[in-house]
Amino acid sequence: MENLIALLVAAPLLGAAVLLCGGRRLDAVGHWIGTVLAAVSFVIGIVLFADMLGKGPEERTLTQHLFTWIPVGDFQAEIGFQLDQLSMTFVLLISGVGSLIHLYSVGYMEHDERRRRFFGYLNLFLAAMLLLVLADNYLLLYVGWEGVGLASYLLIGFWQHKPSAATAAKKAFLVNRVGDMGLSIAIMLMFTTFGTFAFGPVLASTGDASEGMLTAIGLMLLLAACGKSAQVPLQSWLGDAMEGPTPVSALIHAATMVTAGVYLIVRSADIFNASPDAQLVTTVVGAVTLLFGAIVGCAKDDIKKALAGSTMSQIGYMVLAAGLGPIGYVFAIMHLVTHGFFKAGLFLGAGSVMHGMNDEVDMRKYGGLRKYMPITFVTFGLGYLAIIGFPGLSGFFSKDKIIEAAFAKGGTEGWILGSVALLGAAITAYYMTRVMLMTFFGEERWRNQPTASPDEPSAEPAAEHHGAHAEPHPHESPKVMTIPMIVLAVGSVFAGGFFSIGNRFEHWLEPVTGYKHGNPPVSALTVTLSTMVVLVIGAGIAYAQYGRRPVPVVAPRGSLLTRAARRDLLQDDFNHVVLVRGGEHLTRSLVYVDHTLVDGVVNGTAASVGGLSGRLRRLQNGYARSYAVSMFGGAAILIAATLLMRGV
Amino acid sequence: MTTMSQVVNAGFPLLTVTAGLPAVGAIATAAVPAARRTAAKWLALLVSLATLVLAVVILVRFEPGGDRYQLNESHAWIADFGVRYELGVDGIAVALIALTALLIPFVILAGWHDADPLETKSSRWRPTQGFFALILAVEAMVILSFEATDVFLFYIFFEAMLIPMYFLIGGFGDRAHQHGDKAAATQRSYAAVKFLLYNLVGGLIMLAAVIGLYVVAGTFSLSEIADARASGNLDMATGTERWLFLGFFFAFAVKAPLWPLHTWLPNAMGEATAPVAVLITAVVDKVGTFAMLRFCLQLFPEASKWATPVILVLALISIIYGALLAVGQRDIKRLVAYASISHFGFIIMGIFAMTTQGQSGATLYMVNHGISTAALMLVAGFLISRRGSRLIADYGGVQKVAPVLAGTFLIGGLATLSLPGLAPFVSEFLVLVGTFARYPVIGIIATFGIVLAALYTLVLYQRTMTGPVKAEVAEMPDLKLRELVVVAPLIALLIFLGVYPKPVTDIVNPAVQHTMSDVQQKDPQPDVEAAK
Repeated sequence: MENLIALLVAAPLLGAAVLLCGGRRLDAVGHWIGTVLAAVSFVIGIVLFADMLGKGPEERTLTQHLFTWIPVGDFQAEIGFQLDQLSMTFVLLISGVGSLIHLYSVGYMEHDERRRRFFGYLNLFLAAMLLLVLADNYLLLYVGWEGVGLASYLLIGFWQHKPSAATAAKKAFLVNRVGDMGLSIAIMLMFTTFGTFAFGPVLASTGDASEGMLTAIGLMLLLAACGKSAQVPLQSWLGDAMEGPTPVSALIHAATMVTAGVYLIVRSADIFNASPDAQLVTTVVGAVTLLFGAIVGCAKDDIKKALAGSTMSQIGYMVLAAGLGPIGYVFAIMHLVTHGFFKAGLFLGAGSVMHGMNDEVDMRKYGGLRKYMPITFVTFGLGYLAIIGFPGLSGFFSKDKIIEAAFAKGGTEGWILGSVALLGAAITAYYMTRVMLMTFFGEERWRNQPTASPDEPSAEPAAEHHGAHAEPHPHESPKVMTIPMIVLAVGSVFAGGFFSIGNRFEHWLEPVTGYKHGNPPVSALTVTLSTMVVLVIGAGIAYAQYGRRPVPVVAPRGSLLTRAARRDLLQDDFNHVVLVRGGEHLTRSLVYVDHTLVDGVVNGTAASVGGLSGRLRRLQNGYARSYAVSMFGGAAILIAATLLMRGV
Repeated sequence: MTTMSQVVNAGFPLLTVTAGLPAVGAIATAAVPAARRTAAKWLALLVSLATLVLAVVILVRFEPGGDRYQLNESHAWIADFGVRYELGVDGIAVALIALTALLIPFVILAGWHDADPLETKSSRWRPTQGFFALILAVEAMVILSFEATDVFLFYIFFEAMLIPMYFLIGGFGDRAHQHGDKAAATQRSYAAVKFLLYNLVGGLIMLAAVIGLYVVAGTFSLSEIADARASGNLDMATGTERWLFLGFFFAFAVKAPLWPLHTWLPNAMGEATAPVAVLITAVVDKVGTFAMLRFCLQLFPEASKWATPVILVLALISIIYGALLAVGQRDIKRLVAYASISHFGFIIMGIFAMTTQGQSGATLYMVNHGISTAALMLVAGFLISRRGSRLIADYGGVQKVAPVLAGTFLIGGLATLSLPGLAPFVSEFLVLVGTFARYPVIGIIATFGIVLAALYTLVLYQRTMTGPVKAEVAEMPDLKLRELVVVAPLIALLIFLGVYPKPVTDIVNPAVQHTMSDVQQKDPQPDVEAAK
């Protein structure tokens, strides 16, 4: 059975190789090859899952060793896989949602002439992401980690003739590289501390290492997680990443890749458990990001960027939960899975809306679309209810547990973290209600609104193919797109409840991550009721602003906070001024220094030592031969001198 | 202690033949009549392929677990002087000979049309024959430098390779030049002279040190000196050892090149044609870093340790400085040159970190850097030959018109930034971890190099390949078959060695163990005995 693990990765990898090297011959069938291979991975995942369920909770880990990768002295890197309950959860999420999004893309990318390549990249992403969660050591995880980063780079920049897309792709890769430094250093620290970087030995030996060392490793892992999961201070790339085609935003920048940071932290639970400082920093990062993302999400008029802010915020919840230790790990992962369903569904819904609206992304030019796109409306609506935590739907169960666990951390910290999580829930209800109202309700603001004026190129160049400058004719998307949306909506509704019956999810993950029930200072019921209250308040304010009053087509100037939030709370401006400008000045001055100073000093020294400058001038005039002669003459004299010395 | 006894191979002189074949091939190529230009090209290509076959034979015959030096040959040469014709290879040399023999056919194939005669030249002009003959001559001398186990013999080839390189840089430039032919010729000649001067000065200082070593040791034989050093029969005064070390190291640091002796490289790589630039950075420069491992550490272990802090700092400066300079370049080839300076910093850092991971990583880095730079630079050359400009700003949107070219360029770039899964990642990580184990602060600062590498690579890709299609590139054809034949195997190798570097590490590791015991260093041990 364990020999199947490698096939999980191999199937989409084969797809990527075939599609990217196959050439135009495969244009007609490429998308189906990609989709089928994604589905093959999912089916293998199901088979392994069924096998796993047949075993006792402690005997469920499967390992597969392929070969030794890098053997140099004590540094032994293996290509080996480890499939336990945590990896299994991810495998099903990645290959399941991945297959659905492949299917959706068949319709969404229908008019793109580079569709085969798109599916090649998607397959490459699946292979790398599965490698990331199946690796049995940190170095191999690193390969998957960078692999998803590469796929993300290629897909954000898929329409690379648009400068904004190419810039966004490069930015995502660079910011992630800063995080990669963290992962590199963490692995180096593990090697010097434990002599290995395989999960098993490292995590079993944390008891013998000093707390300071574990804190250092934990913080470096957290830095890596911040990059990949768009957490403050490395969050700035995610909004720009929405330049990619919408299925990419759904799969990579909502459901799977951006949650890799959470996986990394939960996988390294033993390291974080042994370092309260690293845990505290993790919770703070999560809490700050969940507010940051939520505030940004409130101000964006671009439907995808609003959802991106939301993703950041929801992952903030997960990171917060992961920082809480054994009382939070399982809920971090549970929220990760339910979020995978509803956020992927929301993005696919947004894509469906854009598909029917000439690729317009500005919600101010939407309105009243529920009549025209009933399936999109219903599936998006269910995703909306799930994310705000409407009682009984998925998000209700998973988010509520995180808020409880945050309070249960105890002490002042617990109160602060719990309140932030509660506040975040209110803001979530606000911005999601805003998105819902602006898109599907109210006036039909797109009438007499030619979208995508020639001055502003459309976000999705596919628009070029279906007459971008006319008034949009909203229409429902084809079945190949709506079916994935329906499946994800079903998951958004029922997954949370299903996981929570009899605390199934806790029991499932406990053998891997450990689980301790946290007792909040107030009763769980109080927490739940408070969540309900803030939900109603948040949604109510949004209704008052966007439901009862008409939405202006041109955004009002807004308060200082709104304007800052539209600019991602000025972090980009900071980056631009400090890093980009500063860096440009630095490199320019260095180029100057290299040309004049370093070159000049070295040449000058050489010249003064050997009187070479005159020769240099002569040589440049073409007397190379005379120089060569003098050089060899010099050598001959030296040899002669030595001979004489030896003779003496 | 390992025995250094020379088991002289009485049979077939494999090492001599491997180096001799391209040397003879060079003469034969040069002798091809002027009109039979294409025949000269094919001859050179066939000779380089035959050399590759011989290199593979060396690879197979070499036993990684066996004696330190194998396939030895030894003949008296200048008896008065004690100079012997002594050849022998350890694992490090075998890996680098294989790299050299592997890259030369690609260099020849990539430069297939680089020396076709211009219409203005007279009919007696035979640049084509010369170009390919010079490449083969360089190959012969580089291989001999890797094989020589006599210090003087090494010195001769180390210096002699400058002559064909000088003519390759000065005589053959890019077809089109933004400042016109005359300016191009001036810049080329400046670059060639600068290359020659820097390396000759380094070489002269080394010559003094070589002679000094002879005066102290009474022999040029590497193994005899090393044996005497190890057994305590040859004591050098601390000061003497340090001066001799510096003499050797200076020459190697110029060739490698190490900051601040690097400024000849961007000129040379910028002005030379792309295949010649590959020859410089991927092949010739490797002799410098190779020689640090073989001569500096083995002959002067104490002085090497004495100089380590300074060298590590210079290597670190090279890494960061080279990368920052690469970011600031406007010329594609100069950008790759500065990237190489950064990479040579990694190699030198790995050598002087004095850990198994650092030195194996550094050796592997030499191999991987050769392949990855060849891939990136040769594709860049194909790009430049299409548009006739080296300036990044002259390109834009190439991806749309020539997707295969752009794709291979991207993979070359990703290898340059050491993407995990491709070969350079393995070596770069080994160097980092090997350095970090002994010098954590230097290791961490060097890690910034991975961010900067991503910056210069992706900015280069973005500016040339993405965005709206510039009018001047709109008609640009995609890669031709010959060009694909050059690039595809290099990319396949980058992927293969990224996933399965064991064939190389197996050959290199034992040699590195010898070097580690030369300098009497042991790897730092982990703090914690990890559970199994």
